[in-house]
Amino acid sequence: MKLLVCMSVVPDTTTKITFTDNNTKFNTQGVQFIINPYDELSLTKALEIAEKVGGTVTVATVGLADAEPVIRKALAIGANDAIRINAEPIEGMFVAQQLAEIIKNDNYDIVLTGRESIDYNGGQVTGILAELLNWPSVNVCTKMELVDGKMHFERDIDGGRQSVIANLPVIASAQKDLCEPRIPNMKGIMAARTKPLTVKEPVQVELTASYESFESPSAKQAVRMIDAEQAGQLIDILRNEIKIIA
Amino acid sequence: MVGIYAELSEGQFKKAVLETASYASQISTNGVTAICVGEPKEGESQKLATYGVQKLIVIKGVSSFDAQTYSKAIANAIQANGIETLIIANTYEGKSLGPRLAVGINAAIATNVISLPNQSNGFVVKRGVFSGKGFAYVQLGAGKKVIALTPNSIDLSEKQVELSVESVNDSPLAANTSIESTHKAEGKIPLTEAEIVVSAGRGLKGPENWNMVEELADLLGAATACSKPVSDMGWRPHSEHVGQTGITIKPNLYIAIGISGAIQHLAGVSSSKVIVAINKDPEAPFFKAADIGIVGDAFDILPKIIEAAKLAQN
Ligand SMILES: Cc1cc2nc3c(=O)[nH]c(=O)nc-3n(C[C@H](O)[C@H](O)[C@H](O)COP(=O)(O)OP(=O)(O)OC[C@H]3O[C@@H](n4cnc5c(N)ncnc54)[C@H](O)[C@@H]3O)c2cc1C
Ligand SMILES: Nc1ncnc2c1ncn2[C@@H]1O[C@H](COP(=O)(O)O)[C@@H](O)[C@H]1O
Repeated sequence: MKLLVCMSVVPDTTTKITFTDNNTKFNTQGVQFIINPYDELSLTKALEIAEKVGGTVTVATVGLADAEPVIRKALAIGANDAIRINAEPIEGMFVAQQLAEIIKNDNYDIVLTGRESIDYNGGQVTGILAELLNWPSVNVCTKMELVDGKMHFERDIDGGRQSVIANLPVIASAQKDLCEPRIPNMKGIMAARTKPLTVKEPVQVELTASYESFESPSAKQAVRMIDAEQAGQLIDILRNEIKIIA
Repeated sequence: MVGIYAELSEGQFKKAVLETASYASQISTNGVTAICVGEPKEGESQKLATYGVQKLIVIKGVSSFDAQTYSKAIANAIQANGIETLIIANTYEGKSLGPRLAVGINAAIATNVISLPNQSNGFVVKRGVFSGKGFAYVQLGAGKKVIALTPNSIDLSEKQVELSVESVNDSPLAANTSIESTHKAEGKIPLTEAEIVVSAGRGLKGPENWNMVEELADLLGAATACSKPVSDMGWRPHSEHVGQTGITIKPNLYIAIGISGAIQHLAGVSSSKVIVAINKDPEAPFFKAADIGIVGDAFDILPKIIEAAKLAQN
């Protein structure tokens, strides 16, 4: 079984997001980068599947050289090898086409992604990739299991959950609750140093979307306090003053 | 031509779909075509006409949801009807179809869109990025476009028109996925669609105290949510967890009870129109992000609010 985990490298969740160059760029100064939390889950799940049925787990990232320490972390967690496509991950369509190239050139059975990258929150790569490859896709999975050559998923739907069985090859995205992410141990960290990390150059892709500028959420006005003894006033304010409840 | 994908849930069109119709009719110069898969319930189609949809294409022959076969059928209908710009609600179903459709019809795509486009210089939409910690203005290329609209981002605007309905039969290849079972919480408002959300955190001490939260939510017609530790400890289902690693929501009203207001939590809720924070600690960070605050013990405060809500209802 050959598994591929698509991994994006994102700012740590505690990062205070600011922008530079006249609000046209995300300010990476002092920012710590991590494995996208959902991709950490899909990596853990891929390793579990490979351990159960036998197989290899490759990690693929579209990113510049500064992504490599984070890619090494994925190798330390247990991936067999890694591929870095040497390009700035500007946009979902661009990223997905790069990943599609990798997958077309090598026969993967299962490709795992995350529900979204927590930086640009595109939630695009999974679907674009699946359509480019003409594979089935199952999004936001809270369970993934390989049983008799088919993948069994549980996925979130609006207002509930659904069990789905899929033929291989398949692409699926991880949702929170899929599993507990693995943490690298000392042995893993040592082993990661010598695991193969192949760098590939990107294929040419026509860009269809571009970021013009960014904006931070507008600062809130000072909070209006209600006395705890008079807490019931809240309903009156929401109903008759702000008119936000019936 | 501007089109919408009109997702059906149990034969009905949800508000998120009507919002896409409003969006489409505001940017279209020559009408709006909607596409749905499967038959809407009696009277449902007329809802679309209220928001400017002139033509509804009902795709028949595609049974249960499979992202691959659905996209193929919808993409065919998009092409057959000359739709250049497709608006789709950013629900779970929309999220699994939108990106596939963009490839299927060779379009540029923007997801998490929260504004009408600015077309004074190209086609620029505003979208949420960094899990609620920022916004981006994205320019989409000159060709076809897919816009995935975050629910509750734009107001519904009525525009009554005449609707014609047309059925097409699609006979897709066999799907590679099959649905084994579906569980939906009965009678509950899905968090992602809720206009009012009552949410609680570790300050509530234990799952047994959630009856107060649910009672208030019922009275307000609200959905319930929680902070991450609360779902991690299994006090509440994970589907209620909001924040950077949970669901991002933007209801009209978010009431946070016994939640400290950590940056990762705020990321998922700070776009709410009005935020109420209830916390016994006057220094709780949530008060900096809130519009209305009450300092005190939730176990004293909630009963008072519930009482007032009951009175208001009578
Ligand atoms: C990678 C990462 C991702 C994360 N993602 C998320 C996320 O998506 N969502 C999320 O919520 N968190 C997330 N967190 C966790 C976040 O940092 C906070 O730990 C969490 O939000 C705290 O939850 P809480 O406010 O319920 O609990 P606490 O921080 O324990 O706060 C409880 C609050 O209740 C108040 N309180 C106590 N008793 C009462 C009472 N009787 N009446 C009124 N108030 C009372 C206290 O004053 C306190 O402010 C993430 C953390 C990390 C590291
Ligand atoms: N630069 C990238 N390199 C590799 N995989 C990526 C990259 N960006 C996104 N992905 C994958 O696509 C998923 C969804 O990301 P996105 O569409 O950017 O929200 C992520 O969880 C990753 O699995």
